Amino acid sequence: MNKIKAAFAGGKAFIPFITCGDPDLETTAACVRAMAAAGADIIELGIPFSDPTAEGPVIQEASLRALNGGVTTDKVFDLVRDLRRDVTVPFVFMTYANVVFSCGAERFFKACADVGVDGLILPDLPFEEKEEFLPLCRQYDVALISLIAPTSAGRIAAIAREAEGFLYLVSSLGVTGVRSEITTDLASIVKVVRENTDIPCAIGFGISTPEQAKRMADLSDGAIVGSAIVRLLERYGTQAPPHVGDYVKTMKDALREGESV
Amino acid sequence: MTNPKGRFGRHGGQYIPETLMNAVIELEAAYDYFKNDPGFCAELTELLNEYAGRPSRLYFAERMTRDLAGARIYLKREDLNHTGAHKINNVLGQALLAKKMGKTRLIAETGAGQHGVATATAAALMDMECVVYMGEEDTKRQALNVYRMRLLGATVIPVKTGTATLKDAVSEAMREWTTRIDDTHYCLGSVMGPHPFPTIVRDFQAVISREIRAQMLEKEGRLPDAVIACVGGGSNAIGSFYHFIDDPQVRLIGCEAAGRGIDTFETAATMNTGRPGIFHGMKSYFCQDEYGQIAPVYSISAGLDYPGVGPEHAWLHDIGRAEYVPVTDEEAVCAFEYLARTEGIIPAIESAHAVAHARKLAPAMGSDRIIVITISGRGDKDCAAIARYRGEELYE
Repeated sequence: MNKIKAAFAGGKAFIPFITCGDPDLETTAACVRAMAAAGADIIELGIPFSDPTAEGPVIQEASLRALNGGVTTDKVFDLVRDLRRDVTVPFVFMTYANVVFSCGAERFFKACADVGVDGLILPDLPFEEKEEFLPLCRQYDVALISLIAPTSAGRIAAIAREAEGFLYLVSSLGVTGVRSEITTDLASIVKVVRENTDIPCAIGFGISTPEQAKRMADLSDGAIVGSAIVRLLERYGTQAPPHVGDYVKTMKDALREGESV
Repeated sequence: MTNPKGRFGRHGGQYIPETLMNAVIELEAAYDYFKNDPGFCAELTELLNEYAGRPSRLYFAERMTRDLAGARIYLKREDLNHTGAHKINNVLGQALLAKKMGKTRLIAETGAGQHGVATATAAALMDMECVVYMGEEDTKRQALNVYRMRLLGATVIPVKTGTATLKDAVSEAMREWTTRIDDTHYCLGSVMGPHPFPTIVRDFQAVISREIRAQMLEKEGRLPDAVIACVGGGSNAIGSFYHFIDDPQVRLIGCEAAGRGIDTFETAATMNTGRPGIFHGMKSYFCQDEYGQIAPVYSISAGLDYPGVGPEHAWLHDIGRAEYVPVTDEEAVCAFEYLARTEGIIPAIESAHAVAHARKLAPAMGSDRIIVITISGRGDKDCAAIARYRGEELYE
């Protein structure tokens, strides 16, 4: 868990997401290496789920491409094991409760610990249900990352107080996907978070441009970008890795701007 | 029965995005208040009786009884309700609740279209906006119901993702709910999803077994020996079972859609082929692969074509209180035709699954035994599809 905290120590964090196995695992591996080289501070690895109810069309389609390509949870663990030979950036899995539950939670978390996964985001596991997996997360030292939404009024303090790793602040209502405008009063949510925890807090959902990322990171400790990267995979397929690397560098540079000023 | 977190044994719970948590908490609080509010209860009873046509008949199927030469058979005629199915019981309750909560808009998923039609109906009656999500595949299978919903003023959105059936319609309705919560109530159509939905929908459908019990005591002076209902998500079944759960002498039998058979991949028999999982807000049984990917399921019946089952059924299965049996497409179609010819009643193809099992069960029971079959809906919507199944080129 300290590895996640350390990722926020060097300034505003940039956290890219990629769906594992879209369009194949070799491309995912190359993209992850490109993202790490371009300055990604934490990398979110999506284990595809057949029915991702918190995702917009871009990531839904990526999940489908990956599953149709034959990716499985076991193959994702193999991918991480391979990446860990040379990539030290913290990895956080992003998937759905059934993927963990069905695998057998004990087996899943043991494998996370074995291959070197530092955290887990489950968008369908709210605060009320986190006991489902929390004891095993603790046992295997995998941070169970909590989400806070624009509709979390009255719940933010409780969630923040028990948060681990970092807090994932959902920028807007709805599902994942690129948005032209983010109108939620995120500053006041972050204020409540700060009053209740010193765990870092990053904002995601709807961010695609360097300007948006900078604005979101200014309000918090970092920016999370998923759909904009997945769109590059959709567009360039197996040729995506250099494009993904360039994109991550642009975004990370935007977050660095003004930091030392 | 439900613990504070909406559990039925190990099943149930609230496995949903944080964005929706306050919405379900608000719903639970409103429901806990209004379910005991005499004004609300009186208004709902008035709607159920005067608008939906309750109580529905418990009809003695004399010709069927004679033909099967075994147990006496009664049909609980939910098909006679306004809009032609049991779905209206739940929808009137939820729409009234939503109205009391200050919501002005209803969204719903639908499989066969019966729940969508019922929701569109309630929305028209209560002057609310209505959007229905329906798998694109189902909009084709049930084109008439799509027209019906539009006629009632609802917007129907065909869902193209996944298998383009009921499961995808539920996913899309959940996604839509996360974008617009303030003015919108998600009128879930079955005893599934996150707490408090399985409890709310069960309570609104429990009117079925409340009536069966009273009607049976009046007609026969005793309780039935078996209650049979079809199970997709399981709302008409739990409604039919609920007031008999504490009477162990009453067998409770849920009929699942086996599609082309439980030994094939083209099935939707969740209890018989699935295993525990977490999906659509609940822990329950689901058809899934070894990695927890939800399986594409199949049934001739759009209303039973769902890879999961309500958590209370999962619990009744675990403790052995209810039995869940598979019924194939072929058996259901034969029962559809059988009930039409024997009793002059065309059941929904969903309900025909229950009729099919009763045909197997009744002959083995004595003539002093009593079976109640819930006819959850009427079959007009299915006629064209069954004709095609039998090789007739009939289109609506």
